[in-house]
Amino acid sequence: MKLLFLSFSLSLIIFIGCESNSKEKLLKIDLITQIDSSSKNEMAITPPPFSDGIFPCSECHKDLKPNSTRRKLVDMHDDIDAMFNHDSENRWCLDCHDTQYRDSLHLASGKRLDFKESYKLCGQCHGDKYRDWKVGVHGKRTGEWNGKKLYLLCVNCHNPHSPRFKPLKPLPPPVREEDIKF
Amino acid sequence: MQNNEKNNSRRNFLKKLPVLALGTAALASCNSQEIEEFLQQNFKTLSKEEKDEIVKNLEKKYYEKYGKKFKVSDKPATEGILFGYGLDLSRCIGCRRCVYACVKENNQSRDPQIHWIQVLQMEKEKGIDFAHSTVHYNPETVPEPGHFYLPVACQQCRNPQCITVCPTKATWQEEDGIVVVDYNWCIGCRYCMAACPYGARHFNWGEPNIPLEEINPETHYLGNRPRPKGVVEKCTFCVQRVREGKYPSCVEICPVGARKFDNLLDPESEIRYILENKRVLVLKEELNTQPKFYYFFGV
Repeated sequence: MKLLFLSFSLSLIIFIGCESNSKEKLLKIDLITQIDSSSKNEMAITPPPFSDGIFPCSECHKDLKPNSTRRKLVDMHDDIDAMFNHDSENRWCLDCHDTQYRDSLHLASGKRLDFKESYKLCGQCHGDKYRDWKVGVHGKRTGEWNGKKLYLLCVNCHNPHSPRFKPLKPLPPPVREEDIKF
Repeated sequence: MQNNEKNNSRRNFLKKLPVLALGTAALASCNSQEIEEFLQQNFKTLSKEEKDEIVKNLEKKYYEKYGKKFKVSDKPATEGILFGYGLDLSRCIGCRRCVYACVKENNQSRDPQIHWIQVLQMEKEKGIDFAHSTVHYNPETVPEPGHFYLPVACQQCRNPQCITVCPTKATWQEEDGIVVVDYNWCIGCRYCMAACPYGARHFNWGEPNIPLEEINPETHYLGNRPRPKGVVEKCTFCVQRVREGKYPSCVEICPVGARKFDNLLDPESEIRYILENKRVLVLKEELNTQPKFYYFFGV
């Protein structure tokens, strides 16, 4: 199981090419499977942060009959149910997770999506953030400012079930001037 | 009478002998490298060979002092690059991760403490108001309701007043826009600190103290190499990193992705996208310092 998960995460680290032309840049990020390390800018996309042992979903769900009625979850995924805060008035699990293909997500149109393309799912409601993320303004990139970059997916910073960024403990304030000794 | 005078002068001469001897001894105790450093010409006028020699000597000196192999780069600016920085005020939560990443990367003194980045907490009701801001906020968690955060470091002005007041030309703006200090030429007069309207320059009042295990040996001559007591230092956009293509360390650490860094001369760069599409401001615009550090609102 662990091995399976590891190999899955590794396979998700995909390099995609990106020309200096920004229009190309916008388009090419959608071609997530394209491998092109020869161009000037390279981007790697981080794997989705699954909890240990949670993926593939089909492992458990293969023997379960899908029940598409919205309900409160007990026994399994009750932790997610308890924290769920993402337009919870109108949405539940199967609005994003696919009913038939348990290891996939789906768009509102019904089009199936792999977990590594979850940003498209986020983007169908958060279009402005999606647009900014693609050009590198929303979200975080690390690596080289003029070369290889590592992109984080939406879900690396925002828990999809409760997306508001969680408060952090600040590091210590600077020493007051009157307390500086030398 | 005349004899007396003669005697006195001979006596005086003999009296002064030890002083002379001490002086000679003091000079002799300066090793040749210290004398060389003292006589070093302005960095910008040095030939490649002279720079190589200086760098080699510094690496040796730091190795002896810190017991670590140092790299002191003197990599110059690349043509066609003008560095620009963007900071998203709508994202920053004031967690100060950047402050300490900067301290570590740039070998800032821990005690007496020097922070190149100051994170100001401001009230949303007052807007950008330095008089009512504080750097000493310390709640359990950030962001605090009703507040926003504005980190300030060197604004890398196009029209930097700090360099015009320097009496020794120890600080200047490089071709890629980074304002740097040559610590070998800085005499510690602190005129530049008085001239900077952003409080971005910091003085080594004491001998800088850094735990040996935390010293960063990847350095640049004009950036994060260890400083002596009595010189001024400041943010250099991590010159040792960005000239090698890497992001500044504050960009790398920021947990909310509020910090952006790119080439202003590249029309396709992230920073140009920000300038063209977002609401942007610079601090103290009325002073005509023309910063290359842009604050923007991502939302």
